[in-house]
Amino acid sequence: MNKDFDYALLDKVLEEHEYKRSAIIAILQSIQEHYHYLPKEIVPYLAKKLGISEAGIYSVATFYENFSFEPKGKYIIKVCDGTACHVRHSIPILERVRQELGLSAKKITTDDLMFTVETVSCLGACGLAPVMTINDVVHPGMSPDKASELIAELKKEG
Amino acid sequence: MLKTREELESLRQTYACSVKCEKKRILVCAETGCIASGSLKVYDSFVKILKDKGIDCTTELAEGVSHEGAIGVKRSACHGFCELGPLVRIEPEGILYTKVKPEDCEEIIEASIIGDGVAERLIYNRNGVKAAKQEDIPFYKKQTRVVREHCGHIDATSVKEYIAAGGYKALEKALFEMTPADILDEIDKSALRGRGGGGFPTGRKWRQVAGQKEPVHYVVCNGDEGDPGAFMDRSIMEGDPHRMLEGMMIAAYAVGAKEAYIYVRAEYPMAVSRLQNAINQAEELGIIGENVLGTDFSIKFHINKGAGAFVCGEGSALTASIEGKRGMPRVKPPRTVEQGLFEKPTVLNNVETYANVPSIIENGADWYLGIGPANSPGTKAFALTGNIQNTGLIEVPMGTTLRDVIFDIGGGMRDGKQFKAVQIGGPSGGCLVTKDLDMPLDFDSLKKVGAMIGSGGLVVMDEDTCMVEVARFFMNFTQNESCGKCVPCREGTKRMLEILERIVAGNGRDGDIELLLELADTISNTALCGLGKTAAMPVVSTIKNFREEYEAHIYQKKCPAGQCKKLVTYQIDPELCKGCSKCARNCPVGAISGEIKSPFVIDTSKCIKCGACASACNFGAVKEV
Repeated sequence: MNKDFDYALLDKVLEEHEYKRSAIIAILQSIQEHYHYLPKEIVPYLAKKLGISEAGIYSVATFYENFSFEPKGKYIIKVCDGTACHVRHSIPILERVRQELGLSAKKITTDDLMFTVETVSCLGACGLAPVMTINDVVHPGMSPDKASELIAELKKEG
Repeated sequence: MLKTREELESLRQTYACSVKCEKKRILVCAETGCIASGSLKVYDSFVKILKDKGIDCTTELAEGVSHEGAIGVKRSACHGFCELGPLVRIEPEGILYTKVKPEDCEEIIEASIIGDGVAERLIYNRNGVKAAKQEDIPFYKKQTRVVREHCGHIDATSVKEYIAAGGYKALEKALFEMTPADILDEIDKSALRGRGGGGFPTGRKWRQVAGQKEPVHYVVCNGDEGDPGAFMDRSIMEGDPHRMLEGMMIAAYAVGAKEAYIYVRAEYPMAVSRLQNAINQAEELGIIGENVLGTDFSIKFHINKGAGAFVCGEGSALTASIEGKRGMPRVKPPRTVEQGLFEKPTVLNNVETYANVPSIIENGADWYLGIGPANSPGTKAFALTGNIQNTGLIEVPMGTTLRDVIFDIGGGMRDGKQFKAVQIGGPSGGCLVTKDLDMPLDFDSLKKVGAMIGSGGLVVMDEDTCMVEVARFFMNFTQNESCGKCVPCREGTKRMLEILERIVAGNGRDGDIELLLELADTISNTALCGLGKTAAMPVVSTIKNFREEYEAHIYQKKCPAGQCKKLVTYQIDPELCKGCSKCARNCPVGAISGEIKSPFVIDTSKCIKCGACASACNFGAVKEV
């Protein structure tokens, strides 16, 4: 066990979900909400407390796209590439965002942990396509230039 | 806590009276779309201005307080016309204001709240059609609202307004006037079919669950609306959550279930919070919980958030995910109605299906059969998006033609472009083209032409859309979302994607079309679940309708729509070029040369077709050929 890790949070989350094995997805979601990713330390601890194998927890955590074992940036930018956004030219927006931040499809988080750039397959705001979200706030009617402006603002705010 | 039917009825009278007492109502759309356009600031601004002016305004219905003569300011559900948001409706006149900004509120209050007029500047005005009343706007004229009848008319966050508008009357009728068998008969008779895509008869599904020997049954709602380009279910969950809960409760009563689960995709955080809020409100009133309204019926609701896996929209994957497992489909039988959630008989329907139930129970199956064609009655909500004038959510009777939807409600194409195709049913669907425009939109007609209604996403595409690229786009999506359990889907979609990628990159080979069709056939016949079985639909359908586009890519190395970058050649028009050198300075590989003030030239052997020159040129001299 990692002595520096705060297991109290995990106990609280487990308590809230009554140590139910079937709640593993909700438990991981709560933990990720706190850390913005899943620290590796949680796996053996949850395994012991829930009576599931570590492999069992990894199998769930790696199956769902929303879970990440890599730390993510302070600002999570999701560029929507659903059908409606795609036909209204979302890809040039994604390319611009990545270019501004020096990121790519493989490298999604900046080294200073400020920005993470992901694509998402539909946010259900198709009437306002193309859209992107920054920390879950939807920005409608995007263009590459508008995206650059937003990023410049965020960089200024730090 | 309400203990009897009479108590609920009397509460309904009280709330209905309060709503009636309000002199006027300002309904500001507060759903994902309009909020993104700034509607919450508009709402705040209305409240502030009214207060500053000393006008009595109510933001929430309260008991024991007279709302006589007050102005109601409410956060309403989606009006559907997202593109013109933030939308504000004024009642009782039914005026709809579009693209309202906080600074417009004063003008609206002066004109329509203090006065009885219209702020002309802010009403709908498009293509020479001007309309103040919502119902006179072409977008709304041909719509029929059943599932979305409350959307835009009541406060989406208030159980009180739902009850005032007649909400939970169907539940009352079910619990006090009907037996579970009566409900099964009524739903059977209504011929309601599942709105999630397949169109399976809902009554039959419920009856199968009700008839299982195992005593524990579950009711599950599929709110994992994953099809890109579809957001009808989001709108119902956010905008009229009680209607869906009421439908689920009626289902639970009919099949003898005591627990209900709602599975919502992670990308819809507001739907989750609105549903939770609705459940809490209904629990406080005793509409959800033990011995509902003093009857023997008890119900408990759970909400499960998805974690980003499209395949969880498939029934057995969805129940696996609720159980805390990897969301992977399993071999059927046993089917969900026999062994679903926690291996118990389970009714699994989608959001819109449940939202249809209260109206059917309240008004009777005969009323429902009066809407749309006999074999697919009722209405269908569609998300109308893409290269079309009016984007948003619509609800029309089943059997409405595509032409009515696209040209009358949707207002036709954007920027005077030509209609090319509409993609229906998302990654599991197909495309419909000009010759299909007069076809009625219903389950059976679409199946005949190799498409499906799916969840109801309609993405309209104009002449500039490359259909091969669209097929690649969908295959990329499905490939990413393939869970990997069965070989045909895991490997087959990968091979199909590779072929499509090489075709759009200009490396297509003779025989690729045939190979795609062969793979499509194998995958559809052998994949384990619906995701795999339908994965090839967009490819097959685009080959069927646009084979010549595939051939142009493969044999002439041309993209007729000019969308596939790798197949585009850039040229500088010497007539238009001013010789400013801006293109040369923007070229990352130094492929452009020339002398200042005379036309520049692109060396096509060096050109990487990035398009930087074309976007840099101020004179439109760089052409794609």
